[in-house]
Amino acid sequence: MNEFEPVIVAFCCHYCAYTAADMAGSQRLNYPPNVKIVRVPCSGKVDAIHIMKAFEKGADGVYVAGCLEGDCHFKNGNKKVAQRVRAIQKLLDEIGIGGNRLEMFYMSAGMGERFSQIARDMTEKIREIGPNPAIAALNAASGKAVA
Amino acid sequence: MITAERKPMEEILEYLKPYRRILLVGCNECVTVCAAGGRKEVGLLASALQLKFMKEGQTLDIKEITLERQCDPEYVEELAVLVDHADAVLSMACGCGVQEVSRRFKDLPVFPAVNTKFMGASERQGVWAERCQGCGDCLLGLTGGICPIARCSKQLLNGPCGGSTNGKCEISPDVDCAWQLIWDRLKAMGMEDRYEDIMPAKNWQHGRGGGPRKIIREDLAE
Repeated sequence: MNEFEPVIVAFCCHYCAYTAADMAGSQRLNYPPNVKIVRVPCSGKVDAIHIMKAFEKGADGVYVAGCLEGDCHFKNGNKKVAQRVRAIQKLLDEIGIGGNRLEMFYMSAGMGERFSQIARDMTEKIREIGPNPAIAALNAASGKAVA
Repeated sequence: MITAERKPMEEILEYLKPYRRILLVGCNECVTVCAAGGRKEVGLLASALQLKFMKEGQTLDIKEITLERQCDPEYVEELAVLVDHADAVLSMACGCGVQEVSRRFKDLPVFPAVNTKFMGASERQGVWAERCQGCGDCLLGLTGGICPIARCSKQLLNGPCGGSTNGKCEISPDVDCAWQLIWDRLKAMGMEDRYEDIMPAKNWQHGRGGGPRKIIREDLAE
């Protein structure tokens, strides 16, 4: 039985989180390939529908990474998206997908180590929780093997 | 605007149980403003429903469309080309819109996806409060622009009751005493003497108390 490899989508703001990811790269810090990074100008650009579509298209976990609280490059985009994330967590619980598959993180551009730690932690957390039940059920119903 | 809030998912799912092809219709007016049933919310609900059905091992055929308004037949008509491919309509409009769609498409079950709440205004982003009860006989000119019908829990017409404490209504510390607001406003405008003008018992027949209402404009209706 193949071990389940989670697919994690990370929406990272250009100014902090994405730069932190870049820093992790230049410091040669390891983080799992399960994390697919989507660069956005500000974490506040991430809309509820982006998160939902990520799950619809097969993501097992999603996180939004923005600047440290109070330090958003665009003033308070990270605060706005954090509110949205909370609302979507509730929605995901309501439909049985699980709000624990979605998280919000804050980091500064220099926190390469934090970026890679979060990537590792989130991958393990989702591995523990299991595959996206919507995709798993659909695959089971159509007779396909779970990826 | 007319405010509304999305119904709990279990209720919506219960309505949709027997159907596989859904037409999800939003409205670009009031429910867009209160973030309950506009284009964004239509997208979110469609995605949520799809995920839920996928979890049961099925897919839902959802068509999303947001009309300019659902309370005008000219806009509802735009659905005519889409209803052949649907078994049911899920409307995110207020009750007015749901009924108009239902009236036009008599053979199709139409379900509400939101609970219509009240006529209100935005206090600030994300906060909407009741302002008008549609009493049909507006007295805002006499009360400094603050409505005792909509904002007083008891709909009193001649000043506060004994439950008014520190400017709040006795039913909740979150509810302002409308008459305190009215008095403060009249005072600020130097119109305190107006406060003592007695308002006689209201004729509720102009409001819903007189039964379902209709306006017919002789100059407009054919």
